[in-house]
Amino acid sequence: MSHHIVEAIELCHRYGDGTQALTEVTFRIHHGESVALVGANGAGKSTLLQHFNGVLLPTSGAVRIGEVPLVKETLRDIRRTVGMVFQDPDDQLFSPTIGQDVAFGPLNLGLPPADVEARVRAALDRMEALSLKDKPAYRLSAGEKRRAAIATVLSMTPDILVLDEPTSGLDPRARRQLIGLLRAFHHTKIIATHDLDMVLDLCPRTLVLHEGRVKADGATREIFADEALLAACHLEKPLTMQGCLMCGEKRGI
Amino acid sequence: MDQADDCGPNVGGLCMHMADALLSPAVGGIMWAASAAAVARSSRKIQQELDGNRIPLMGMLAAFVFTAQMINFSIPGTGSSGHLGGGLLLAILLGPDAALLATASVLVIQALFFADGGLLALGCNIFNLGFLPAFVAYPLVFRPLATGKAGQLPRALAVLLGAVVGLQLGAFGVVVETVLSGRTALTFRAFLLAMQPIHLAIGLVEGVVTLSLLAFLQKARLELPRPTEQADTAGRATVALGLLTLLLGGWVAWYASKHPDGLEWAIQRVTGQSELQGTASGWHGRLARVQATTAVLPDYQFKGSQEGSRAVTSLSGVMGGAMTLVLVAGAGWILHLRKRRA
Amino acid sequence: MVNLGDRFRDLGRMDALGSQESTLHRLDPRAKVLVTAAFALVVSSFGRYEVSGLLPFALFPVSLAILGEVPWGYLLKRIGLALPFMLVLGALNPVLDREVLLHVGPLAITGGWLSSFSMVLKLVLTVASAVVLVATTGVDGVCQALERLGLPQVFVVQIGFLHRYTFVLAEEAVRMLRARELRSNGHGLTHREFGPLAGHLLLRTWDRAQRIHQAMLARGFDGNFHMLRRSSFGPRDLLFLFAWCAIFLLLRIVNFPMLMGSLVSGGG
Repeated sequence: MSHHIVEAIELCHRYGDGTQALTEVTFRIHHGESVALVGANGAGKSTLLQHFNGVLLPTSGAVRIGEVPLVKETLRDIRRTVGMVFQDPDDQLFSPTIGQDVAFGPLNLGLPPADVEARVRAALDRMEALSLKDKPAYRLSAGEKRRAAIATVLSMTPDILVLDEPTSGLDPRARRQLIGLLRAFHHTKIIATHDLDMVLDLCPRTLVLHEGRVKADGATREIFADEALLAACHLEKPLTMQGCLMCGEKRGI
Repeated sequence: MDQADDCGPNVGGLCMHMADALLSPAVGGIMWAASAAAVARSSRKIQQELDGNRIPLMGMLAAFVFTAQMINFSIPGTGSSGHLGGGLLLAILLGPDAALLATASVLVIQALFFADGGLLALGCNIFNLGFLPAFVAYPLVFRPLATGKAGQLPRALAVLLGAVVGLQLGAFGVVVETVLSGRTALTFRAFLLAMQPIHLAIGLVEGVVTLSLLAFLQKARLELPRPTEQADTAGRATVALGLLTLLLGGWVAWYASKHPDGLEWAIQRVTGQSELQGTASGWHGRLARVQATTAVLPDYQFKGSQEGSRAVTSLSGVMGGAMTLVLVAGAGWILHLRKRRA
Repeated sequence: MVNLGDRFRDLGRMDALGSQESTLHRLDPRAKVLVTAAFALVVSSFGRYEVSGLLPFALFPVSLAILGEVPWGYLLKRIGLALPFMLVLGALNPVLDREVLLHVGPLAITGGWLSSFSMVLKLVLTVASAVVLVATTGVDGVCQALERLGLPQVFVVQIGFLHRYTFVLAEEAVRMLRARELRSNGHGLTHREFGPLAGHLLLRTWDRAQRIHQAMLARGFDGNFHMLRRSSFGPRDLLFLFAWCAIFLLLRIVNFPMLMGSLVSGGG
């Protein structure tokens, strides 16, 4: 058993103003799994994601990454293991050029310049973004920004990738390209999203959050076929499962 | 003093940029040294903070001020418009050290991108618009007065007064630096009487806008970080030194403005030298003599003989100038052709 | 607020120019920054009545603009934007200083005219050289140069942050102003509206700063910045630096227009 495991045990989080954001969330994600985290706005997706690399700490319960509990003392190591891709790439691309952004993490790890250079090239190459290396972020398209932001995380060689809404704001072609790239990763992946069609493409397993609780945890196709569950959680069946709009055939696939 | 596209009816914090063309190298150099020392000191203090939490905030707030400075709004009853300067706001939100760095970074970008001021004038501008509000107006005016809670009258008065004092000091700095440089014909008195009242109005607008922004943050219940600065002795010494320099400068400027060549005259009186560039002065004298003997039109009527070759011009000067420009254009053309062929 | 959007498009254009390729772009940024600083220092060292001695200095921005492929229209536009302020200030000089300093043919020229002409000339020269510097080096290049010339790292990072997020914030500001304008029925922005509008922008800015800090922490940030240094100061950079400094010194000491003029008119 490798250590690329993400586990939440009766995780609760209450914000300073008293809002209960997560209640007794429990799940275990294994090595190499690709798991979707879906739920309506305000269901607690972002709060949960922020626990994976210690932006937030549990009010009660625990988060374990590879059998290591997430506490203040383990933050540094856990942040090397878990790569977090933010919802807004502009928050993650803060350096003057993309190359410098991708080098930021490895430099903080204290790697020698030659290794940093090699990692930067490898990460950008992996995201088909090598040509962006010397460009400033504001000259990039939305798709390019997204790929660059993922590269900044890949250069840290994380074992686990956490992505927050990776396809939001992308045009169809950029979205397709991104899905292709993500599919090739061998990392453990946790993807929070509203893009259920992407979930069908990428994640065999889905966790449904509703009002801070895990409503369902299981095979994606089964969950998406359960219309009562989807409706209760303010979700909709992905378009590709809704059948043909033209011929009226209701249950496709 | 401002870029003309904002000037005229517009009043605001930007209205105080010193420009390279108004500066002598001595004044520019001294102010560069002063500002560099202040920036270095503040950088060291920020760097020493443990988590670097304020570093992105500093950058973002500087970007905010930079953007907000370009949004003009109308001022009721005056038919004029104004904009945010941001010096005091940054000091209140970030503390003096981070505020100085934030303002200085805005001025660097303005100098580089919009050629506001210029590179030599950067030292003056950082001192006038960054150091004076953050290290004089904020600790000496705002902090002692801001006793009450946010939203109450004493605090509001502290903000208004802090903004006014900051801008008055800044304007005074511009006057002193300009007069000491001796590049305009304005006298100390005339310039002072023009600048200070205008900046009283600008300061009031600045105060009101700063106040309304703080009120907005208050309503949004934003938790403002407590600036962790204890006014250490070194800090007090810096502030005192800054103020002293300004006052001394004002005194010298007042004397110097009786004479056309400003600081150079004052330095000459002090050192007994006629030129700051010691090595060049010998050359100057000799060349002036060469020019005097070779020129046909004996038209030189200079203000004061010490002007030497610096003010030399005449019909031959005009002709020579025209030839120079033709030569520069020619050199440019040759470069252009060579580049095209390459 | 067309003005705001325009100004930021200009910013972007400047950066685009800075990332071009040319002999000049490939020079070490430090050499260019130092030469430009020397230029500003030498130009400002000329006295208030000096005109002719300043003219040869046009050689510097002109030749660099050509070598660095800086578009002329762009350069002139930048100078044009900075000029009016100096014209207004310079216009005072002929009024205040009416002493006749010299005669050119039938024309009597006062000290005021000379000094205001000198000021405008200096402005054109220094603005042009600054524009050329950024257009051939880029803000990032200038920042790297400043860092390696001894500017504190925190301050260099600060300039980088400001430059980077100015574009993001300006976009947000333009969107907000446009939304206001569509409902404003043609009324201009008042100071009462400015407070909440700028306040919203400030709040969003604050939140973003928090997220950026999280992003930095997530990638191992511990309060210290580490930078990759690539460029090296070679013989070409040294030659560039010394050649221009020598030229500046020569032009500062010898008044060539005067010399040429007197040779022509005086047959010296």
